[in-house]
Amino acid sequence: MANAQPLLSVRGVSKAFLGVSALENVDFTLQAGEVHALLGENGAGKSTLIKIITGAYRRDEGEVLLEGTPIHPRDVVDAQKLGIGTVYQEVNLLTNLTVAENLFLGRQPKRFGLTDVREMNRRSRAILDTYGLDIDVTAPLANFSVAIQQVVAIARAVDISGKVLVLDEPTASLDAHEVEMLFAVVRQLRARGMGIIFISHFLDQVYEIADSITVLRNGRLIDTVPVAGLDRLKLVSMMLGRQLEADIKRTIDPNTAKSEPLVSLRGLGKRGSVDPLDLDIRQGEVVGIAGLLGSGRTETAQLVFGIERADSGTISVGGAPVNMTSPRKAISQGFAFCPEDRKTDGIVGDLSVRENIIFALQAQRGWMRPLSRSEQEALADRYIAALDIRTSDREKPIKFLSGGNQQKVLLARWLATNPRFLILDEPTRGIDVGAHAEIIRLIIDLCERGMALLVISSELGELVGYSSRIIVLRDRKMVSELTGDEISTDHIMKAIASHGATGEAA
Amino acid sequence: MAVPTIIRERTPQLIVLAVILALNAIISPGFFSIEIQNDRLYGSLIDVLNRGAPVTLLAIGMTLVIATKGIDLSVGAVMAIVGAVAASLITSGYSLPATLAGALFVGLACGIWNGALVALLDIQPIIATLILMVAGRGIAQLITEGVILTFNDKPELIFVGSGSFLSLPMPVIIWVVVAILAILVVRRSALGLLIEAIGVNRRASTLSGVNSRVILLAVYAVSGLCAATAGVIAAADIKGADANNAGLWLEMDAILAVVIGGTSLLGGRFSLVGSLMGAMIIQSLNTGILMAGFPPEFNLIIKAAIILIILIVQSPASQAAMANFRANRQTVAIKTESREHAAR
Repeated sequence: MANAQPLLSVRGVSKAFLGVSALENVDFTLQAGEVHALLGENGAGKSTLIKIITGAYRRDEGEVLLEGTPIHPRDVVDAQKLGIGTVYQEVNLLTNLTVAENLFLGRQPKRFGLTDVREMNRRSRAILDTYGLDIDVTAPLANFSVAIQQVVAIARAVDISGKVLVLDEPTASLDAHEVEMLFAVVRQLRARGMGIIFISHFLDQVYEIADSITVLRNGRLIDTVPVAGLDRLKLVSMMLGRQLEADIKRTIDPNTAKSEPLVSLRGLGKRGSVDPLDLDIRQGEVVGIAGLLGSGRTETAQLVFGIERADSGTISVGGAPVNMTSPRKAISQGFAFCPEDRKTDGIVGDLSVRENIIFALQAQRGWMRPLSRSEQEALADRYIAALDIRTSDREKPIKFLSGGNQQKVLLARWLATNPRFLILDEPTRGIDVGAHAEIIRLIIDLCERGMALLVISSELGELVGYSSRIIVLRDRKMVSELTGDEISTDHIMKAIASHGATGEAA
Repeated sequence: MAVPTIIRERTPQLIVLAVILALNAIISPGFFSIEIQNDRLYGSLIDVLNRGAPVTLLAIGMTLVIATKGIDLSVGAVMAIVGAVAASLITSGYSLPATLAGALFVGLACGIWNGALVALLDIQPIIATLILMVAGRGIAQLITEGVILTFNDKPELIFVGSGSFLSLPMPVIIWVVVAILAILVVRRSALGLLIEAIGVNRRASTLSGVNSRVILLAVYAVSGLCAATAGVIAAADIKGADANNAGLWLEMDAILAVVIGGTSLLGGRFSLVGSLMGAMIIQSLNTGILMAGFPPEFNLIIKAAIILIILIVQSPASQAAMANFRANRQTVAIKTESREHAAR
């Protein structure tokens, strides 16, 4: 196997967007007849790598070899012709057309210049037959379940391309039975000698179907390993990393644990998003939330900040229950929230750095009480200096700043409202190393000045460094609360990896 | 300091306006002459300001709506409804203040209806306001009971359309006052910032504590009020309420005025001053075409052609081409220079 020429070989590929590196010198090798899982948290570079392989992006550096020949796919269609097909999580077919039309869209068999419907249906039946699928190919695709649509999408991709198949989170919306059906198809394709790249957040499925695993983190290749004999804990640690721990271990004042909680959650939950959980957060305390993607981390923060309405439980602030109906309500209680997705939930791109900094404070004051231009400028200048925001000008539209500086502007926006309780969702994701360290220092500093913080992060080393306590979520449930000496990346990863077999609902 | 910035930012609009006015003056030599008769200013320029009142008023409300990434197609129909309401109130014997209050209230209600559909039910603005655009003229006909409701014997209401104050026609006074009020409220308060933020990124604005629903509702309500004011002027001008023709197609002129004025239909940054200039550009065109004496069937075609030229000149593609052209000319100049140097 090792001596055989690989089916697809990616060597030293790099890609940057607007100067921010998304992929750095990544190697990836796919053999024929192999299911190769590509793993990593959000922002690890999985989708960038896939888009380079499938022609959606052009690489900046490196080469991609298909059966030993360098390829330069111009676009997705070009890659398909070369033999690389993709099936996405949301099926990219037209559900109002028939199954047969979907299979042959853009390449219908012709007769006298018109579509030969009978021939198309006959060939469709033959194709689906090889997958053990006996369905009415003249019925609209919408009549069938997502799993069957998924198989139709795979059949189309294989029929067009036939060498490499990329499955991007194909199981995200399937139930256990449907996953089995899909995996049967995948095994069959593997037996036919296709190379299959499988992307999923569900580790159990990866263990079930994949032959080897490549882990990416922060745009870099961590390792490629065979699945057989791979320790689950080791895999989680490869995905999440464990750096930085020693540098920033914060000393925790034992007295804070005795004070009255500022924010108390009791049985707070929402069906289908977070199971009811209890949590207290005190002033001068950083509570960390750890867990894999989709474990309910962000959803918990959204319930606390009133973005989503809880359907069970209560939130109390300073002992008094508060009905969190909207972000406005949360802000009026002195809450602040830096979201994970800066672009859609955070920055107001066309507005200037100054306007973005004063934005939450102005919204809180209401439109009738505007901050004067000089107050705005003073505020903006103060935070630009205090947080070392790198911008040529405070009037520059924020969309032109780098990710790290945008994040600092968002922090400034909330600090300007002088909050009692600050929620940070992935505050250090996708930002450069310098800004990274500064934001961690800021978290510690704010905490020492008596603010209460709730921080969600995939960077466990970081989380361990600044958290007074850490709660671990898995499958939308709080599975562990770590305090004192228990706070370590090992404990977190054990909590995430334990009872791994509970993933069957996925 | 503030005035030069406004002029610098609106240079393209000023140039277009100047060119069209100059063309008008060439076609009809007396265009710039203004004279006073019976204590009132007369002349083509005054006429442009006067006739442009409805579109100018609509454009003010439309600018705010478009800045939130919305659009209000119903303003022409709202003008018809409000005209009908004003005519039926005044002919039923109500006083002028009661009539005006009633008319403005109905316009406000129309705006709140649109705003509720957009802000509370999250219906796309183009569809939400289409409902009232289609239904509005029917409602107006119900109010006028299918006839053109005239009020030739009500000089107090007619005064709003054709009277004058300080030598200026009333419609001009009204739109200038409304425009100044709108600019002051929007730019002296934080409303302008919040409106722009909602247009750029509504979700981020809501998450930062902006009461997006209330502000959205408010801009549609303001648009309704502006349409109501325009509707009263239009009715007073013809001394009657014409449910079928009052404000017909004016929503399109208003949208055009906003776009010519430099506010993007994608929402965000907006300029009320720009929209006012846009409205004046459109009205100068209308007046110019009429005065040139073309056969009436050419009017709309000429207007469309000129607007097409304006939009092409303003389009990002031609802006980029202009920048390219300038850069090229510079390189050519440098090359020629160096060649001359080399020749020596």
